[in-house]
Amino acid sequence: MAAIELAALSKVYPGGVTALDAVDLTIADGEFFALLGPSGCGKTTLLRTIAGLEEATGGAVRIGGDDVTALPPGRRDVAMVFQDYALFPHMSVSDNIAYPLRIKKVAGAERRAKAAETAGALGLGGLLERRPGQLSGGQQQRVALARAMAYRPRAFLLDEPLSNLDARMRLEARTFLKRLQRELRVTCVFVTHDQAEALALADRIAVLDDGRVRQIGTPAEVFRRPANTFVASFIGSTPMNLLDGVVTGDGRVGVGGVPLPAGEHGLPDGERVTFAVRPEYLGYGTEPVPGALPGRVTVVENLGSAQLVTLDGDAGSVQVVVDEDVPVPLGATGYAAPRPERVLLYRRDGELAAPEAPHAGA
Amino acid sequence: MPTDAAGLGRRRAAAFVAPALLLIAGFLVLPALWTVYLGATDYRLTGLAAAEPEFTGLDNVRRALDEDSFTHSLGLTLQFVVGSAVLGQAVLGFAIAWLLRGRRGVLRRLVEALVLLAWILPGSVVAFLWIALLDRNDGTLNGLLGTPGTAWLVEHPMASIIVFNIWRGTAFSMMLYAAALGTVSPTQLETARLAGASGWQQLRDVVFPAIRGHVLTNLLLISLWTFNDFTPFLLTGGGPSDETEIMPVFIYKTALFNGELGYGAALSVLMLLVNLVIALVYVRLLRQRARPAKAAERGAER
Amino acid sequence: MTPARAVRVVVRYTFVCAVLGFFTLPLLWLAFAPFDRDPSIAASLPQFTLHNFRELLDNEQALRSLRNSLVLAAGTGGIVVTLAAAAAYALSRVRLPGRDGLLYALLLLSSIVTGTAAMVPLFNLAYELDLIDSQLGVILVLSGGLLPSAIFILKDFTDTTPRSYEESARVFGASPLQIVAHIVVPLIRPGLATIAVWSVAQVWGNFLIPFLLLRSPEKSPAAVVMYTFYTEGGQPDLALISTFSLLYSLPVVVMFLFVSSRYGFRFHGGIKH
Repeated sequence: MAAIELAALSKVYPGGVTALDAVDLTIADGEFFALLGPSGCGKTTLLRTIAGLEEATGGAVRIGGDDVTALPPGRRDVAMVFQDYALFPHMSVSDNIAYPLRIKKVAGAERRAKAAETAGALGLGGLLERRPGQLSGGQQQRVALARAMAYRPRAFLLDEPLSNLDARMRLEARTFLKRLQRELRVTCVFVTHDQAEALALADRIAVLDDGRVRQIGTPAEVFRRPANTFVASFIGSTPMNLLDGVVTGDGRVGVGGVPLPAGEHGLPDGERVTFAVRPEYLGYGTEPVPGALPGRVTVVENLGSAQLVTLDGDAGSVQVVVDEDVPVPLGATGYAAPRPERVLLYRRDGELAAPEAPHAGA
Repeated sequence: MPTDAAGLGRRRAAAFVAPALLLIAGFLVLPALWTVYLGATDYRLTGLAAAEPEFTGLDNVRRALDEDSFTHSLGLTLQFVVGSAVLGQAVLGFAIAWLLRGRRGVLRRLVEALVLLAWILPGSVVAFLWIALLDRNDGTLNGLLGTPGTAWLVEHPMASIIVFNIWRGTAFSMMLYAAALGTVSPTQLETARLAGASGWQQLRDVVFPAIRGHVLTNLLLISLWTFNDFTPFLLTGGGPSDETEIMPVFIYKTALFNGELGYGAALSVLMLLVNLVIALVYVRLLRQRARPAKAAERGAER
Repeated sequence: MTPARAVRVVVRYTFVCAVLGFFTLPLLWLAFAPFDRDPSIAASLPQFTLHNFRELLDNEQALRSLRNSLVLAAGTGGIVVTLAAAAAYALSRVRLPGRDGLLYALLLLSSIVTGTAAMVPLFNLAYELDLIDSQLGVILVLSGGLLPSAIFILKDFTDTTPRSYEESARVFGASPLQIVAHIVVPLIRPGLATIAVWSVAQVWGNFLIPFLLLRSPEKSPAAVVMYTFYTEGGQPDLALISTFSLLYSLPVVVMFLFVSSRYGFRFHGGIKH
């Protein structure tokens, strides 16, 4: 087990496409770390560069303090679980799990014993003689994990570990994965495009866009205080409301002509800002109150235990999460009042106006 | 550090490719170039010109174009290719594939098995089967038609080898068209049927546009193969006299039987040129179709 | 059923029957004559006997020609599969300079330079290399001709197998040669089998190249030797020819059945997992 350090890591493809742009990142020993971003952001390239499957064009990769930048993948002592699991279809489950040991020239009997032990620990005991093609998606994933575990690497690298599973299996596998990582206490880096998955699994998350790290933080930090509008719009199961506003004095921000309270921000009067608030943090009412945005109800989406209401008004479209038993007729006028302590202001360059969280840990 | 999937690296990859390339260079490229060189000499198998062949430039080609036996052979080759491949194999192959489409069961398997059998049996065996079938005295065909004494290979030699080659090669067209018909969208056919299109209209408006690429591929390949087919030699030996002397047989007789290696090579060059034209069209077609796939591959390599 | 439809059905079945007849007729002789006590050139129901086969098994010349065919086919098949697989794999996975051009040049070459078009220089080449009347010469010439298509097909096949298998093994520390032996060869085995069967079948039936390059009957394969089976009276020895034809045809038919039952007609595409 070991920490992973990336120092100014860059990857430029021969065609001139920059996949990684001087990425600095330190992943602590035993940490469960997520690389999150939209497709094409460089997250998979980053993982493959850590594994050594891609060659860095600049910077360094250190694992457990050793500079491995120039080492081939097989000598970095990491295990990788691929998105399609890459279980060898011509080998049994047992042979698959034992394959890394075969490469390490471990004797046959010992290999098989180790494979059986690891498989047993992951609930694959009865499947040792099966071929990968005869297993369900969830079982295949466990075999891939077992193969990585049997090898006792310094770190696990997982590429989209849950994306090949159907929706129901995915939740189950998520819990399983988190429990496994807790038990093994092994450094684990995984790539995902699904923000919910990253929030649920990771100790810390790095949000990537266009080859650069846009924010690093715990799930709570990334969710509550996105460092910029990119992260703000990427994180959260309902998209953050991002509204144009102007600072009007006494801490208020005018949005669509309505002055709204916005907490401490220290921005000068007249500054143009983006006023951001999650749909969950808006109060909905049918009567006008100060500090509430008016709008006509145009869409109501049922989320099960709540409903997502879209209000169209002078400020543009605002989405509000409303309790399931509040009747919201289409076409009616509604009022959305942001909770001041949940409001975030972004400067015109898209960065958070008050990065020092005044209510950190709240 | 190599970055390909297996960590092979360029040097090792080159070592993997080299033996195959050497063999191809030695036994495919070299003979082709040599043909071009020999074609420009008066090289002979025996005699004075065997020891000291002289460079004669385009004389051989000029001689070929002037000589009746060459134009005669070219005409026969054209008949053979158009008759047995373009008209025979392609049309029969399509007809079988079309009639059997969407069918399962004994009839389809039986037809397919027989057509394929004709294709996979060794050429020598197949040629002898046809010699037996067409025999003047006791041949099965004469027995069936009640025409004892008809020497088909003597009286209708070209027709015989054309029918023979249709029998021999229809399997490829049948399989290719069967696969192609499988790619025709059933919903498009159903739309045409709902609009009241007849069978022929469905063929013309839905099926042919969808399989145009396959038709072209098929025609090019079977033309190329038929053009280079030596098997008719086993049936007729080019005879009677020169009535079935298609190009490959003509070259064999000129170069190796009469020993005029230089002239034979010049004829081969003309044949290579025809092959080149057909193959170029075919490769262009392949490239066009491979382009989207290539783009995807390039993406995967990154 | 409307009359028009009835006519169509009749026409269709008549056509199918005609096709069946056309393709069956020449084969009848091969099915009957070998088992006939006194085979004639006409196909007729035999007076059943296995005597002809016993004769064949005593005919040293016939058996030797089959062994020769086997040597040529196995030699060529071995060379083609090994060299094509190595080349195709490297070309599929490593971006060698000029790779795409090379592949298309190969494909073009193999369709242009056929045995018939290049028979003169092939004969000369064999003569210069002292490979006339040598089975090795035949094997090399046939391999050179089959390799380009084999490389092309196998590269296509390899391209469709995911790279993650090899990358996975690589992360576990397997060397490139270990990866090829443990992972790649088993993964592309259906492709290898296809190429093996294809090249063996090509060689097994090839008449022209051994006819050109081999002189002595003791070295000639079945395809050539078949044409020397005449009785003392100068007539074709029908019992021998028919029995021999059947025996000689059997391997390709069996191989074909094997491939089509195991991998289907379309052999492309990797193992689905």
